Amino acid sequence: MPRGKIELENYVESLSILDAEGNVDSSLEPKLEPQELRKILRAMLLARRYDERMLKLQRQGRIGTYGPALGQEAASLGPAYVLSKNDWLVPSFREPAAMLYRGWPMERLILWWGGNEIGARTPDGVRDTPICVPVASQCLYGAGIAWGCKLRHDGTVAVCFVGDGGTSEGDFHEAMNVAGAFNLPLVCIIQNNQWAISLPRKKQSAATTLAQKAISYGFNGMQVDGNDILAMITAAGEAVDRARRGGGPTIIEAVTYRLGVHTTADDPKKYRTEEEVEQWKCRDPLSRFYKYLKKRGVLDDKARDVMEEEIGAEITAAVENAEKYEPDILEPFHHCFETMPNYLEAQLGEFRAYLDAASGGEGGASGQDNPALYRQVH
Amino acid sequence: MAQLTMAKALNLAMREAMAEDPTVLILGQDVGQDEGVFRITEGLLKEFGPDRVVDFPVAESAIAGVSVGLCMAGFKPIAEMQFSGFGYHAFHQIENHASRFRNRTRGRFTCPMVVRMPYGAGIRAIEHHSESREAIWAHLPGLKVVIPSGPRNARALLRASIFDPDPVMFYEPKACYRAFKEEVPEQPETMEIGKAQVVRAGSDVTIISYGASMRPVLEAADELMEEYQIDAELIDLLSLVPLDTEAITASVKKTGRCVVVHEAPRNCGPAAEIIARIVENALMYLEAPVQRVTGYDLVMPFFNLERAYLPDSTKVITAVKEVVNF
Repeated sequence: MPRGKIELENYVESLSILDAEGNVDSSLEPKLEPQELRKILRAMLLARRYDERMLKLQRQGRIGTYGPALGQEAASLGPAYVLSKNDWLVPSFREPAAMLYRGWPMERLILWWGGNEIGARTPDGVRDTPICVPVASQCLYGAGIAWGCKLRHDGTVAVCFVGDGGTSEGDFHEAMNVAGAFNLPLVCIIQNNQWAISLPRKKQSAATTLAQKAISYGFNGMQVDGNDILAMITAAGEAVDRARRGGGPTIIEAVTYRLGVHTTADDPKKYRTEEEVEQWKCRDPLSRFYKYLKKRGVLDDKARDVMEEEIGAEITAAVENAEKYEPDILEPFHHCFETMPNYLEAQLGEFRAYLDAASGGEGGASGQDNPALYRQVH
Repeated sequence: MAQLTMAKALNLAMREAMAEDPTVLILGQDVGQDEGVFRITEGLLKEFGPDRVVDFPVAESAIAGVSVGLCMAGFKPIAEMQFSGFGYHAFHQIENHASRFRNRTRGRFTCPMVVRMPYGAGIRAIEHHSESREAIWAHLPGLKVVIPSGPRNARALLRASIFDPDPVMFYEPKACYRAFKEEVPEQPETMEIGKAQVVRAGSDVTIISYGASMRPVLEAADELMEEYQIDAELIDLLSLVPLDTEAITASVKKTGRCVVVHEAPRNCGPAAEIIARIVENALMYLEAPVQRVTGYDLVMPFFNLERAYLPDSTKVITAVKEVVNF
């Protein structure tokens, strides 16, 4: 067999539509009505202000560790924007813009970060899976959901999110391989935010792009300016349409940047420079989209101020609602299995006795010894 | 009634479930065209087609994780791990997702899936194909762990597992696949998961076991009666989660003596939990310390040595005599 170069069927494209100054490439500009453009801006703004409020809540000790998505609003909103209600969105944990847009009540996300399982309960009428912590593991059940979509022949699709770090995980590889091998209606969005906690993108993989991984699985990839909402909407829209028509999976690498901390438990100053962060701030997805809208005359500062006020009130209300939530201390026993087995009934009895004693009942200690527990029991 | 091997009985259970419920699917390596390396899925591809009997790429984590997703999309997958020794790749998806989705979504998403795996020694297989690691799964909240011991209970328990609303780890004693036949009823039969069976009533000592170890236990019981006039009561657990504490306790209260037998290593093995339950519920009835006949706490030897390292009737008889003569 002679030696030669093998031509591969699949390829990787790049896409950028809106530059950092809000100038649009009119040949690529998607046709979106002013009303839609305002809706998109509002969704990005909502996610940004939500993140900022969550960071404050964390500092005040009102929620647990928080992983903000500051700067990644366009990368996660774009794919959510092009989905239909019956499609599935399979997030990781840095997609509040997508989840809020899809109909997750904000208080539920606050409750998740506040340490309550109810925050992982997908609201009725929404098909999406909840926040997923183990990196890249969601890609596999995303592939399974896409498989279900395919078996039902109902034209629905699944979009799953993963980070740049997640592409090094075996589960990412297995999911993409399966998606290709079975031609699943799955769109995988890699939010390449340049940092996997402290590991920079260039140390994550020697590949020039993360999008090119698609080629090895037998489908196409696209590297998109992830801070450009118009490019994200266009790329995700095409990929979702193709999946819906039976054209199989796509990997979209959204090149973005984590402007904030990985989570509130780390300090990025240990591993990256302020200069780098400043450079990326100039490419902020929100400000460039706002500049574009102003140039198009879709929105002015006054209208934006009104929007900001509404969003502020919405977030305050969500925080208030979330903080009213009282978890049922016995609930975990009821959700381990559909029917509680004997051994759990016995352990529940044991736990109840402990709670009774702790709250001062049945000859136990006074509830004042353990006020938090006392409050939960009553 | 038909005389079936465990291999045929398991096949029958899947065929029946798939015929009844179009959401039941099989995913695994070589389960379609090749009909499974142990032929457990024989004829199913032909009968149900490639959408329902899926020859999967060699990726155990994907078999488990894709099954989790299929559950969310409304299906009931039967995931086959070719050997339990390769099921560790799937551990992450099973522990982090299959076992937890019901709880973390407060019942919105559940995982009514079965993960079938052949386990244990006895077929002179090469390295990594003979371990008994059921205790690993039994430790994880949110999973049931079912282990049949013969054709009839294998068919009934697999049916129960397929239609169970929660994830079930179904450990198949591969040494029993074709070792013997049993009468299996014509009509589909089911058993409640979590109920042990007293397979032989006795008065002197309780022998508790499950899966492949039931064979040497039955042999030992015959010999104990014939040679030593020791009347042993035999309990086949059939499931490790839920574990039938009532059946264990009732028997030990009656006999006052107990031996627990399994292939799995001793340290933190199923016997440890069984004995803890006896101590909690029947301590004052015990006439002798409970004995364990188990695998040693060693890496499973290659097959030329495996026979000597497995629990056999001689080891069981020795332990029973010690317990009875204490």
